[in-house]
Amino acid sequence: MSIGVIVFPGSNCDRDVQWATEGCLGMSTRRVWHEETDLTGFDAIVLPGGFSYGDYLRCGAIARFAPALQSLIDFAAKGGRVLGICNGFQVLTELGLLPGALTRNRDLHFICEDAHLKVVSQRTAWMQGYSDGALTLPIAHGEGRYQCSDETLKQLQDEDAIALSYGNNPNGSVSDIAGITNASGSVLGLMPHPERACDPATGGTDGRRMLEALLG
Amino acid sequence: MPRFQARVLVRLRPSVLDPAGEAARGAAERLGVEGLSKLRIGKAVEMELEAPDEAEARRRVELLSDRLLANPVIEDWTLELQQS
Repeated sequence: MSIGVIVFPGSNCDRDVQWATEGCLGMSTRRVWHEETDLTGFDAIVLPGGFSYGDYLRCGAIARFAPALQSLIDFAAKGGRVLGICNGFQVLTELGLLPGALTRNRDLHFICEDAHLKVVSQRTAWMQGYSDGALTLPIAHGEGRYQCSDETLKQLQDEDAIALSYGNNPNGSVSDIAGITNASGSVLGLMPHPERACDPATGGTDGRRMLEALLG
Repeated sequence: MPRFQARVLVRLRPSVLDPAGEAARGAAERLGVEGLSKLRIGKAVEMELEAPDEAEARRRVELLSDRLLANPVIEDWTLELQQS
């Protein structure tokens, strides 16, 4: 069982993810350069945070065309677990694996703080560990305002695909959305950083159960 | 091969909040410019390309606009195209 972490030029949380999944949780993890196309042998793929391709044009707009992501479409279609964190969430929406888009924060600030989150849906493996329905994870983004049409929002609600919402909605996201899944639940995208909350020495352990679900 | 100049204007959809535009509008007021009721910021993408004819040039730039330059979830675009 192993996890692949896709590394783009400009990714900066790829090592943090490996530190969390391998160092803290003991799950075999390998970083995958974005030009690789062979994802066989991986049981889950993580798209890490950062600024892929400098966020030129739009966040995630150019990363979407990376060779590894063409393979990721097949990987996801076969039901493989995919986790997009922060910039990775932005990439998943640009790629079309998740609906909607992430836009500039309502108040323009880059927000770097702990976010108190509510579990909206516990139906997927990602969220089943949070029986008390609440968790705290760090956020660090300038463009995390989730945006979608009314039809898409209704679809997310109908499919029970809203995974996480903010307690105080720091960025102006539609319906307080912090993270969503696809209909089957195999793909999760979220702006908060679970990999930064896996060790009590560095800000709590609320991210562990979510990352354990990569191979759970 | 004929050469073409293309300019694509990418705009946030009217329903999407433009906080950068709002901030710029606030600065315009502090500059003393009155009566500004709307300021929204988009992108202009200027391109030059070779294509067999105008229809083909248009097809290529439209594909580019739909698939790369704009995200239809949040943005609209318009195209101006002329032969050089």
